[in-house]
Amino acid sequence: MTDPQQRPVAIPPGEEPQAALSTEIAAVHEGAAGRTARHALRDFPPYRSSVLRHPTHELVTVDPEEIELVSPAFGHVDVDPYESDLTIQHAGEPLGSRIVVEGRVVDGEGRPVAGQLLEVWQANASGRYAHKRDQHPAPLDPNFTGVGRTLTGPDGSYRFVTVKPGPYPWRNHRNAWRPAHIHFSLFGTAFVQRLVTQMYFPGDPLFALDPIYQSIPGQAARDRLVARYDHDLTVPEWALGYRWDIVLTGATATWREDEHGEH
Amino acid sequence: MSTEDTGHGGRPGFDTPAGAVAGQEHRTAAEALADEQPLEGLPNLAQTPSQTVGPFFGYALPFAGGAELVPAGRPDAVVLHGIVLDGAGDPVPDALLELWQPDAAGVLPHVAGSRRRSLGRFTGFGRTGTEADGEYAFTTLLPGAVGDGPRWALVTVFARGLSHHLFTRAYFVADGEPDPSDALLDRVGARSRTLLARQDGPGSYRFDVRLQGDGETVFLDYREAPAR
Ligand SMILES: [Fe+2]
Repeated sequence: MTDPQQRPVAIPPGEEPQAALSTEIAAVHEGAAGRTARHALRDFPPYRSSVLRHPTHELVTVDPEEIELVSPAFGHVDVDPYESDLTIQHAGEPLGSRIVVEGRVVDGEGRPVAGQLLEVWQANASGRYAHKRDQHPAPLDPNFTGVGRTLTGPDGSYRFVTVKPGPYPWRNHRNAWRPAHIHFSLFGTAFVQRLVTQMYFPGDPLFALDPIYQSIPGQAARDRLVARYDHDLTVPEWALGYRWDIVLTGATATWREDEHGEH
Repeated sequence: MSTEDTGHGGRPGFDTPAGAVAGQEHRTAAEALADEQPLEGLPNLAQTPSQTVGPFFGYALPFAGGAELVPAGRPDAVVLHGIVLDGAGDPVPDALLELWQPDAAGVLPHVAGSRRRSLGRFTGFGRTGTEADGEYAFTTLLPGAVGDGPRWALVTVFARGLSHHLFTRAYFVADGEPDPSDALLDRVGARSRTLLARQDGPGSYRFDVRLQGDGETVFLDYREAPAR
């Protein structure tokens, strides 16, 4: 272009409009089409904080050794049963919509991951974390911290009682909002199954706009992070129920290649 | 079974290529799981994807004594410390590191209490956030070798901006000790120095983590292996 009127105006970092971000997201997804992802891409420029924090060398593939094939042990000495109820940690009840989140943690063959530590943390119903660095001008709730823990049962099952977290703004780009989510941290039976991720709620209008959710190429993979509303889990006159099952395989590579060339 | 997941000739657990589902309504995790088909009688389920740990884990994941796998006063305690740096060489003040290692005899503990130090057990597990200057420090035991190989600990790095955690190994090298060797160290050549936790004082070993750029730490992927 020679006409100066046609040159794009330099937009300061953090001020890019959503449309520009959405275009960037679509371009990365386009480049990933035809490959299948297990995990979020570490190199995902629309998520600005990732730019200087992802390795540029290819990861080195190894066969896991003994250390990597077992996990630390947790038990009832580590977690009190009441820690799975995030609504009873203070004198009063937290504000917001009370929910039950229930599911199973299994390995790639469907075997339960039993007796393992599952940790959660989340914003309150207004979208504010009880964390000193969260500056979102939404109210803190004196009756809600938003941290929970539990051990999976013999069948890999878990259950939390909490309130539905609110969406919140973050400064990735102009008018950036995270879809409502609960952060999950999980241990499998092998350390290489370690997983930190986020659970989302069905039908969130922010999914398409969010560079963190969209850092996973492939709708099928993204869908795995969305809980299902389950009326059978809903407790009459008390709380709405959501079901979310979690699969921890042993492989950690982002891409899952098709060894049989069937694509 | 919905049609968008069927293009794999019966290979279960494969995701749909991203382009094939444009405009599709979001399905839930349970519905996505239901699309997986059994392989020789066993379900072959697809991995639940990672997401970044974000900036606000600090009041949730660290726990009292998480950085002290053993009390600092113990005669056989060693310090494993270093700095986490980003691609610009700046400290990463909001990383979370986990340490997982055998005891001094090379035995992997399997005792509950991994997040409760008051029981006085060595569980092999530690967790700590980096400080404002990017530094971290664990107090632990020198890991013994498991089998014939050199002695090392598994280090896992989480951070805001890191969409999926990173695994690496810290190989402990005492003063005057020859550099260790094993299949991984040999394979990565000169980059193996990024995996060495070298002694930098009495009972102290230094292991820096560079997420990107010059001297980038060797990070690991694992081939799928059956969990025990
Ligand atoms: Fe969050």
